[in-house]
Amino acid sequence: MAIYLTKESKVLVQGMTGGEGMKHTRRMLAAGTDIVGGVNPRKAGATVDFDDRAVPVFGSVAEGIQATGADVTVVFVPPAFAKAAVVEAADAGIGLAVVITEGIPVHDSVAFTAYAKRKGTRIIGPNCPGLITPGQSDAGIIPADITKPGRIGLVSKSGTLTYQLMYELRDIGFSTCVGIGGDPVVGTTHIDCLAAFQDDPDTELIVLIGEIGGDAEERAAAYVRDHVTKPVVGYIAGFTAPEGRTMGHAGAIVSGSTGTAQAKKEALEAAGVRVGSTPTETAKLVLARLEEQRSLTHG
Amino acid sequence: MDLYEHQARELFEEHGILVPRAQVTDSPKRAREIARALGGRVVVKAQVKTGGRGKAGGVKLAADPAAAELTARQILGMDIKDHRVGTVMLAQPVDIEDEFYVSYVLDRAAGTFLAIASAEGGMEIEEVAASRPEAVARIPVDPAEGVTSAKAAEIAEAAGLPARTVDVLVRLWEVLVREDALLVEVNPLVRTKGGRILALDGKVTLDDNARFRQSRWGADDVEHDDALEAAAAAKGLNYVKLDGGVGIIGNGAGLVMSTLDVVAGCGARPANFLDIGGGASAQVMADGLSVILSDPDVKSVFVNVFGGITACDAVADGIVQALDTVRLTKPLVVRLDGNNAARGRAILDERAHPLVQQATTMDGAALRAARLATTA
Repeated sequence: MAIYLTKESKVLVQGMTGGEGMKHTRRMLAAGTDIVGGVNPRKAGATVDFDDRAVPVFGSVAEGIQATGADVTVVFVPPAFAKAAVVEAADAGIGLAVVITEGIPVHDSVAFTAYAKRKGTRIIGPNCPGLITPGQSDAGIIPADITKPGRIGLVSKSGTLTYQLMYELRDIGFSTCVGIGGDPVVGTTHIDCLAAFQDDPDTELIVLIGEIGGDAEERAAAYVRDHVTKPVVGYIAGFTAPEGRTMGHAGAIVSGSTGTAQAKKEALEAAGVRVGSTPTETAKLVLARLEEQRSLTHG
Repeated sequence: MDLYEHQARELFEEHGILVPRAQVTDSPKRAREIARALGGRVVVKAQVKTGGRGKAGGVKLAADPAAAELTARQILGMDIKDHRVGTVMLAQPVDIEDEFYVSYVLDRAAGTFLAIASAEGGMEIEEVAASRPEAVARIPVDPAEGVTSAKAAEIAEAAGLPARTVDVLVRLWEVLVREDALLVEVNPLVRTKGGRILALDGKVTLDDNARFRQSRWGADDVEHDDALEAAAAAKGLNYVKLDGGVGIIGNGAGLVMSTLDVVAGCGARPANFLDIGGGASAQVMADGLSVILSDPDVKSVFVNVFGGITACDAVADGIVQALDTVRLTKPLVVRLDGNNAARGRAILDERAHPLVQQATTMDGAALRAARLATTA
């Protein structure tokens, strides 16, 4: 088990034939991902050779699903075309769309996340590194060789901080690591991942990484308090970051929070989450927490 | 990008929303002429992208053209919350009967836009929202439906706004969608003694990601108060100047923010934020280093890279390349980990620059860079 992505996942790549798509499809294949096809209406019927594997290109997501039984798509198409790509995938009934593309206009993200929700498609991203279930499957751009399979679940807004923590805890290993993306509107939230990890028998402890802006971490803290029984360790970046753009009066009214790192840290700690002051200290807290957990179970 | 009030006013006008007659200038003499053309009596308003203008003395009524010139002279050059006033807007005064508040704003939690409206507009809307939330209506807008007349009527009714605001609410939604705005706020939206509905002051934030499809964006729209920030922007770098002594370069916004925190935790202050992004090339690294080294406040530099997509050997090549073009005058602490880290470290070892030192951990590197900055 794991969350959202397993070795059974059959993965399509929208935008596979572009530069980034080619590069990362090769990496995903090397990580063991079952890439069953690419999607490009102008190259339908072609195949692309990746080392020892020939990957077919389909004219649409629907054709790809019909031919292969694909249930996941990874989207690399440029910002101007991302909305259409996601809507197409949702219309075709894909279960999970991982949107890597950076720089998508927010109005487009608002439109396609609402649309996908209605169609029953889970979106991860946009502007995210994707997700990896080490040893099984890698959907996106997270390097597969940083860590190994294990029992920590990780959810984060930030790509490189995810890598850093995966690296610090590489000897323990991870069930699934999800980079949800740093855009103001994302399809899958910290809370969604917390709920999934709580239900995942292979996840023993959850690492939650957040950063300044919005109030997603505060809401995640409330969720942990009310619904999560597994240990959660947190890290928040941005205590000394320059003050970001304020959204007029309306921003503060909506979130009801200042969005500062301090406010997020306090909210998490109030919910019983231990929060590290550096990535390295966070990793140490994880180790200590696992130790306690195991002595409770066995002692 | 946040727009100035006068830009928001223009946008509203283009979309058929009534606004006071007004004009912008950076010259007191011209302010006198504008006041005369507007009928003599005008409101002189500082154009700055921050709130609290009124309290800071940046909004004043002038009784005649001579007073307008004098007032413009006082306000121009004024410092409002670290924003220097470069232009003033002169607007015809309006006989206000009622003041309302309306906005559309992104609700990150819900992933949709939210209409916020209140019959109690004016400067203290945040206080109203905090003390009497029932006086502020919040209505989510379905992105597929948008704000139709029926939806606008629902918003107006929930907030207790007069029916004549419905048209403004619909047009304001058009501004939001057509201009790819993340926020449109009118505060106050007023009813004049004559019964007209006017947008008296507005705030608009445009979505930077939508630049490619919005003609309104120009290269000169993004202003940089700081020369280093301007130089970095010219090279396409994601750089923010701060006030400390440790120059910071890293990859990925999250890791760079974390690096600032770790350096601060070591008792030093970061000199900047610089994210060289994923897949950063040697050129980007060299550009970043040269900007940071030209900052006189910088005492030491900390390069913190975790190679995910970025290959550490490319980062090391970038550092070596920069050492050939920029004379290194400050110590450089480099921490490379992840993708091709060993190769990257070897490249730096081979270059063996006396001012470049390597550290194996992020915390250790931060401590060393902090010490170098505080003892320099």
